[in-house]
Amino acid sequence: MGGHDMNSEWMAVCKLGDIVPDTGVCALVDGEQVAVFRVGEGELYAIANVDPHSQAAVLSRGLVGNLGERVVVASPIYKQHFDLRSGECLESPEHAVRTWQVRLQDEHVWVRRDSR
Amino acid sequence: MALKLVVIGNGMVGHKLLEELAALRLQELEITVLCEESRPAYDRVHLSAFFAGKSAEELSLVAPGFFEQPGLHLRLATRAARIDRALKRVTTADGEVIPYDKLVLATGSKPFVPPIPGHDRPGCLVYRTLDDLGALTQWGARSRRGVVVGGGLLGLECAKALRDMGLETHVVEFAPRLMAVQVDDIGGQMLRRAIEDLGLTVHTGKNTQAIVDGESARHRMAFADGSHLETDLIVFSAGIRPRDELAHQSELGVGQRGGIMVDNFCRTRDPDVYAIGECAQWGGKIFGLVAPGYDMARVVANHLHALLTRTQAPSLPEFAGADMSTKLKLMGVDVASIGDAHGATPGSRSYQFSDERRQVYKKLVVSGDGKRLLGGVLVGDAAEYGTLLQMMLNGLELPEAPEFLILPSSDGQAKTGLSVDALPASAQICSCNNVSKGQLCEAVAAGATSIGALKAATRAGTTCGGCVPLATQIMKAEMKRQGLAVNNHLCEHFAYSRQELYHLVRVERVRRFDELLQRHGNGLGCDICKPTVASILASCWNEFVLQKEHASLQDSNDYFLANIQKDGSYSVVPRMPGGEVTPEGLIAVGQVAKKYGLYTKITGGQRVDMFGARLEQLPLIWEELIAAGFESGHAYGKSLRTVKSCVGSTWCRYGVQDSVGTAIDLEHRYKGLRSPHKLKFAVSGCARECAEAQGKDVGVIATEKGWNLYVCGNGGMKPRHAELLAGDLDTATLVRYIDRFLMFYIRTADRLQRTSVWRDNLEGGMDYLRSVIIDDRLGLAAELEAQMKRVVDTYECEWKRAVTDPQTRRRFRHFVNSEAGDDNVVFVPERGQVRPATAEEKRSRHGRIPVKVLAE
Ligand SMILES: Cc1cc2nc3c(=O)[nH]c(=O)nc-3n(C[C@H](O)[C@H](O)[C@H](O)COP(=O)(O)OP(=O)(O)OC[C@H]3O[C@@H](n4cnc5c(N)ncnc54)[C@H](O)[C@@H]3O)c2cc1C
Ligand code: SF4
Repeated sequence: MGGHDMNSEWMAVCKLGDIVPDTGVCALVDGEQVAVFRVGEGELYAIANVDPHSQAAVLSRGLVGNLGERVVVASPIYKQHFDLRSGECLESPEHAVRTWQVRLQDEHVWVRRDSR
Repeated sequence: MALKLVVIGNGMVGHKLLEELAALRLQELEITVLCEESRPAYDRVHLSAFFAGKSAEELSLVAPGFFEQPGLHLRLATRAARIDRALKRVTTADGEVIPYDKLVLATGSKPFVPPIPGHDRPGCLVYRTLDDLGALTQWGARSRRGVVVGGGLLGLECAKALRDMGLETHVVEFAPRLMAVQVDDIGGQMLRRAIEDLGLTVHTGKNTQAIVDGESARHRMAFADGSHLETDLIVFSAGIRPRDELAHQSELGVGQRGGIMVDNFCRTRDPDVYAIGECAQWGGKIFGLVAPGYDMARVVANHLHALLTRTQAPSLPEFAGADMSTKLKLMGVDVASIGDAHGATPGSRSYQFSDERRQVYKKLVVSGDGKRLLGGVLVGDAAEYGTLLQMMLNGLELPEAPEFLILPSSDGQAKTGLSVDALPASAQICSCNNVSKGQLCEAVAAGATSIGALKAATRAGTTCGGCVPLATQIMKAEMKRQGLAVNNHLCEHFAYSRQELYHLVRVERVRRFDELLQRHGNGLGCDICKPTVASILASCWNEFVLQKEHASLQDSNDYFLANIQKDGSYSVVPRMPGGEVTPEGLIAVGQVAKKYGLYTKITGGQRVDMFGARLEQLPLIWEELIAAGFESGHAYGKSLRTVKSCVGSTWCRYGVQDSVGTAIDLEHRYKGLRSPHKLKFAVSGCARECAEAQGKDVGVIATEKGWNLYVCGNGGMKPRHAELLAGDLDTATLVRYIDRFLMFYIRTADRLQRTSVWRDNLEGGMDYLRSVIIDDRLGLAAELEAQMKRVVDTYECEWKRAVTDPQTRRRFRHFVNSEAGDDNVVFVPERGQVRPATAEEKRSRHGRIPVKVLAE
């Protein structure tokens, strides 16, 4: 795995089937840990994997769900919720995490490399 | 100048006075409390709970920090020996002199020991204080047979305690029947049978004349009729006598049959001296119950308050006598007596119902015109106690045919009983703590919508507990009236409680979260409902938790079958049933730990915990553990953790049963069972309790005859002793009761509710639990057992399944697109092992241990 798109702006990290629906995986993108989530059949989100509260690289292992309108993941360490679209931490907004653009193409999951 | 108040006695009533005074926040008051016992006030009413595992600390009535309040001085182990009323001072037994402005006597009473020759032989005891219980425990351990003299309320309670200690127990009563004061002849006969069913021997109409050396036992009791009984210990429980010796000495006025005479404000003949509680006599009566004493304490607190604040109080509360209705609190024996139980009121009529097969006897005493309830007796089934008591106390009009109040209904329909709506707001529901219906309703309005919250807010039901069913009824009615639907919804995705969801899953045979969400919920779910439903599904159907459709529901711990640690590494705990492990097993564990560089520690549950495993190492570690014969320890799940055991009769010279063998059997039986919260068990081989079983959800303690089963204990943040559910069980019955207990808990508890909290919220408490588990009152027993059997029969080791299933195994890697490990997990050495590096250490990257990822 780890194939590159022609313009190398996007990086294919895995096949869609590698992510169990409603869970996440962690991808290594240019030395950074990115948590990639699959919600339902084909909705994809990507945020930083490091939980700012514990400094542990674990957000990809959290439980996925929704709170009101927001699609969120709960950190497995202290259970704060992070908005998968914006990276915002619902309990303490100062602890927002970075997000990445992510898309599905040819049954592969692609993360945009320079989306800083 | 502050007013000097001296209180003699820190018993239940003396302490209530202090609490009332503290609540009134009186500034100008210096209180000195003389307490003869070596510990401050404790719950004498629940003294017998000491034998069911309650510690002295748990029985304490003293709120933390209470005696640290300014102006409050407690003298423990200090007996008042003299009162000098002229100089207004009290002299202690040590000769210290303490002056007072106002004095309160709250000296309680002492057990009456009939002056039979030999009554003071060693091994002749009483049952009143914690020290008495200590002595009883010691003598009990050296005795085979015990006799309680006196078949009244206290005597029976004491006899049950002796029986639970494993003694062959006899009750010797002078009167022709048990509980002569409270019940009539027929009631007494029924009661006798119920008591005998508990394994006690009852002798009525026996007048003890002498106690002498025995032949086969320590003592021989010789009776007036020429017969005799040999026994190793004797407890006298033949009534109580007020402790009025100080009043005698200081000429305060003592009634003929004892008791310090007081007026409606509980003042003695000296206006500066009050007497309250069991030592006081009012209107020619002494009150051997706690509720009247509490009333007196409130009266005196208000009186002192008025004095100190010089407020004109036209209507100070006065003591006006008390209702002496009582209920026996003996497990498995329902007896209650209300008001005029003997029909002594002129012109009264009575209704009686008796059922010899079910051993139930009920009697109502009503006024001559049939309109008012005057009293009653309930034996064998005292469910109507609360409502009948309220009918009598509030003078509610009886229905036209009052007999239906005690007759069993043929159609199983609710009886024409009391609707709580009929009670006035002023009706006193909790007599111990003087809580009215109105106060309960206010508390409900203020948000107390569970019985636990209601107890905390009003203190109703926290002393004798007799009013809890009625208080619950009132709470529910009030919630309905206020249109307060109790919102115990699990989360925004399900408008149901955990219990309701469990029911839906069972009844509709739902096997997947999606299905449940579609039919009964909305949205995507969340970290609250997903694990909860996963746990329910596992409790019901016991499918592999990592199966595709369940995997995304699991908390990280369950998803990776290991405990996540603060740095994102995991800990691994193989099961060691009963804490037993072979040398080979230990070596294998050691080798695995060494190979993968894991930090090892022995857990409180008697097994080995290995920390610092990386996600990708977990399957490799487990392959080796499985090969060495280990199974998942489920340390990660809300499920059975461990069954701790002591070495028991196999090795220990005191052991009476094989505690290790039983612990292992229990651990194998319940391993893998998913529940609302974690479950901990322990088994001890004898009453010395080295396995600390009384601190567990399920605690088993060996007796000569079998096993005592304790439930709902808890360590942790809010420690709580387990309570005795049933005694002297054979192993098969033990297992059956545990099956039922666990399944009933799983079925009815809230999310993350430990058994201890669950039990606190059970209406009807322990008695109710016993009736469900032992007497099968809900008719559920067979179903619960069958459900447990299914779980037991379908057990499989999750780790074995996980390592052999390629689908599952693939998830155990940190990166989906790289074989590298998480470089955020860094260890440094400490005491010969590793520990997670601190943020500082990670930054400097000094002393870092390079971690090799071992691939096969
Ligand atoms: C086993 C048992 C079960 C019971 N069950 C119930 C029940 O179910 N319902 C119910 O209503 N009641 C029950 N009671 C009765 C209830 O406990 C008493 O009514 C209540 O404790 C009375 O409180 P009190 O403060 O008057 O006396 P106590 O609680 O006896 O306190 C008096 C205290 O004063 C101390 N004292 C005495 N003289 C002196 C002195 N000279 N100097 C210093 N200190 C002194 C004593 O040592 C004692 O600590 C039960 C009692 C027992 C023993
Ligand atoms: S509880 Fe009893 S049997 Fe078990 S170790 Fe202690 S003394 Fe021995």
